[in-house]
Amino acid sequence: MAKVDFAIGIGGEAGQGIATPGDILARIFARRGLNLNAYNAYQSLIRGGHTFLTIRASDGPVRSMGDKLDILIPLNQDTMDRHLRLLGAGACVLFDSDKIKPGVPAEGVQVCPLPIKQLTAGNKLAANTVAIAATLQMLGVEFKALEDALTRIFKRKGDAVVSENVGFAQTGYDYAAANFKAFPFKAPNLGKGNAVLTGNMALALGGIAAGVKFYAAYPMSPSTGVLMYMASHARELGMMVRQVEDEIGVMNMVIGAAHTGCRSMCATSGGGFALMTEAIGMAGMIEAPVVCIDVQRAGPATGVPTKTEQGDLWQILGAGQGDFPRIIVAPKDTLDAFQTIPELFNLCDKYQCPGLVLSDLLISEGTASVDPKDLDFKVKIDRGELIMPNGNGNGNGAAANPFGGANDNAYLRYKNTESGISPRAVPGMPGHIHVAATDEHDEDGTLISDEFTNPAKRRMMVEKRARKMETVLAQIAPPKLVGPEQAEVTLVGWGSTEGVIREAVEKLAAEEGIVANQLAVKWIVPFHADEIAHLLTRSKRIIIVENNFSGQFARYLRSETGIAAHGHIRKYDGEPFMPHHIVNAVKSQIAGQTELSVPEHEVMV
Amino acid sequence: MSTVVDPIPATTLAPATALTKDTYKNKVHPDWCPGCGDFSVLAALQMALFELGLQPHQVVVISGIGCSSNLPGYINTYGMHTLHGRSLAVATGVKLGNHELKVIATGGDGDGFGIGGNHFMHTMRRNVDLTYIVMDNQIYGLTTGQTSPTSRKGMKTKSTPHGNVENPINPIPMAIVGGATYVARGFSGKQKHLIELMKGAIMHKGFSFVDVFSPCVTYNKDNTYQFFNPKVKALDDLGHDPSDFHKAMDRGYQWNEEIPIGLFWKRTDLPSLEESEPVLDEGGPLAFRKLGITDEQAQGLIKELV
Ligand SMILES: Cc1ncc(C[n+]2csc(CCOP(=O)(O)OP(=O)(O)O)c2C)c(N)n1
Ligand code: SF4
Repeated sequence: MAKVDFAIGIGGEAGQGIATPGDILARIFARRGLNLNAYNAYQSLIRGGHTFLTIRASDGPVRSMGDKLDILIPLNQDTMDRHLRLLGAGACVLFDSDKIKPGVPAEGVQVCPLPIKQLTAGNKLAANTVAIAATLQMLGVEFKALEDALTRIFKRKGDAVVSENVGFAQTGYDYAAANFKAFPFKAPNLGKGNAVLTGNMALALGGIAAGVKFYAAYPMSPSTGVLMYMASHARELGMMVRQVEDEIGVMNMVIGAAHTGCRSMCATSGGGFALMTEAIGMAGMIEAPVVCIDVQRAGPATGVPTKTEQGDLWQILGAGQGDFPRIIVAPKDTLDAFQTIPELFNLCDKYQCPGLVLSDLLISEGTASVDPKDLDFKVKIDRGELIMPNGNGNGNGAAANPFGGANDNAYLRYKNTESGISPRAVPGMPGHIHVAATDEHDEDGTLISDEFTNPAKRRMMVEKRARKMETVLAQIAPPKLVGPEQAEVTLVGWGSTEGVIREAVEKLAAEEGIVANQLAVKWIVPFHADEIAHLLTRSKRIIIVENNFSGQFARYLRSETGIAAHGHIRKYDGEPFMPHHIVNAVKSQIAGQTELSVPEHEVMV
Repeated sequence: MSTVVDPIPATTLAPATALTKDTYKNKVHPDWCPGCGDFSVLAALQMALFELGLQPHQVVVISGIGCSSNLPGYINTYGMHTLHGRSLAVATGVKLGNHELKVIATGGDGDGFGIGGNHFMHTMRRNVDLTYIVMDNQIYGLTTGQTSPTSRKGMKTKSTPHGNVENPINPIPMAIVGGATYVARGFSGKQKHLIELMKGAIMHKGFSFVDVFSPCVTYNKDNTYQFFNPKVKALDDLGHDPSDFHKAMDRGYQWNEEIPIGLFWKRTDLPSLEESEPVLDEGGPLAFRKLGITDEQAQGLIKELV
């Protein structure tokens, strides 16, 4: 059990530099070995508006942004006015008393005015440093930790800048010690450092671990972080990273590179994914392994570019005309995002089909701590039945006629094998010449769609491709029921809601005496329909929790298993679930008040 | 663990087998209408590859969708028959994935200038080292005769029964301005000339573009062999200098009793995309490089996060 669990909210206008204090605090906590989760609520503008960053840290697991705020640091009046009401007894608000007027807080909230002008001798840029220093003092963090952090950050600007900032920090630290009441707990130092990264970085790192050599994208929030990370590491790691004219070009280019034998990846959001869909069908038809990440944001159309949603499930299920094998996976958190990508690449190489990842803004732009030991880059690599000139893969050898292949029937690219998997030779390979066509084709690649249409062949090829999927399910982990087997409620979710549902389950038990368990689904296609049906038929009350309006997963579950849930908890206001949203909804559903709960998001951002 | 493999250039694996003209023949016979201009383009490409001594497995011919885009199925090289309009994007991916391959994109005017227009523009400005051959019949053939971006004003087609009221684009000046570094026009009726243009294009380092008047004998009754034969004039005979930008533009726009064919524009002073990307400087094709990263690289990445 966690002994220490606190959250800090920093808010202001876009452009007011919320990211920097947030980053400093996050890194200091992570260096002490605390687990953390940071979620930034922001809008699609570069300056102005309202940005609110929540950093939660604990010595126990941190799976969501949590429910409560312990420290509020408003950088402008608007933030004070919006969020003071979120603070309860024991919490505190730290603010520049020269600029911001405190409202009327709830009872027991400590009001901590900082006379910034006096403390910084009029240096406006130092206000954030003073606020951070005061925060850390009240959390019992020794000054040295902040001094080290500031030294690292300002090192490049020279010693004078370092000592000036350390000086301001010391002033803020001392002022807090003299004037404010510290928290009854101390943020401990667990003596081991954690890594801090966003979900987009984790997805990019997963690609790097998998051996991605080609990455292409067109910028689109909230997926752009993957492009930026890949681009900044492209040269040192020997990856080709391209920004392409549009997402149609992205997917087609990625398929071209994949066809030559490169592990190739791209990321986008729903709008870009819509443009990619015809080409995803091409990857299915020519049997090219590509990985495409859809970082969901609130739709439809341009929607709310900076807000989260799980609204693209049916889009991705139906992406591309016709039937073709695809693998769809929805990682549950940052670390899972990192670990899923290499696993998916192995499956795509083996089954020669597109692999689609459903992330969302919550995972991708959220920041989390990870034990560096878990960032293992020595991943298993399985390229399946790939024929490469350098012997990478199998089935090669000097061909009798280097200019042969389809012409002399020495090589059938789309051979109708029992598994449906046909050995895949890449261009440049002697003796394996063939055409990869999006028209329906015969085993040797010859088109059968025009003049030579042949229903028997068409059927054979459809079945050959489809057959590949029969063995995928056995290679991926089925979802497990977490929590007591005998439960009053089973909370079912998919992808990024795993953490918040877990915390809700714990809260239900600890605070409400309600026994609940949880089923978190990650692999969407293929779907463990039998296993899931088996688990769920024993549940007393199934409630599906998802971040969309229409219950996209609920409908999918029903179509695949015939199971209709008893209740639903849905949120489609752009913001993620907080644990108490789920707890309260479960309570009202158990009380028979409703079967569909739509929690209200209390943090106005 | 990552698979550890030493990259061996594809070329070293090819046994020395004699190339003949027939090496490039495919067992599949074209299903084009008798008399279609595309037959001549196919034959010219096969001859160009033969005369250049390029081995079939080192060449990839990549098309979109259309009558003309069926070409990869009729030539014995690696081929990709992609989506309508997407050949250049796929070809760019192929070239970057394995820059030792000779990559040739082929297709129609609808494919390249209509639905694929955006990729055309951007592939040119990137100066990707590939050759783009458009069989420009000024009509949509495969969909049975609708107007195309290169259909002349006034032309009656199935989708413009009262005559086309839109202005056509002119691919030659567009390519010159767009950044292509080798811009030529050929004619199916002048196959020898076309072979030379193709050879120049294939050996050119950078984006080379050959727009070929390739008559659709079934659906375009305006731009026929009879229409072009008396009009086409080789630029060589007109004393054209392909390094002169303004003259190239003037000749590109010329459309009267005399329609120039040949090499309009060529420059060799710009690096291609592959030459501009240090990632390709050494280590061979990306496709054949070892997967995964070293321990030191992994430690470096993790260090940035703590
Ligand atoms: C996305 C999409 N839209 C439309 C089509 C139908 N289509 C196939 S070929 C073609 C036009 C062909 O014209 P062109 O590219 O000039 O080639 P041609 O047949 O004249 O050689 C069209 C519209 C398609 N295959 N895909
Ligand atoms: S329809 Fe026209 S372009 Fe198509 S094959 Fe026939 S003649 Fe050629």
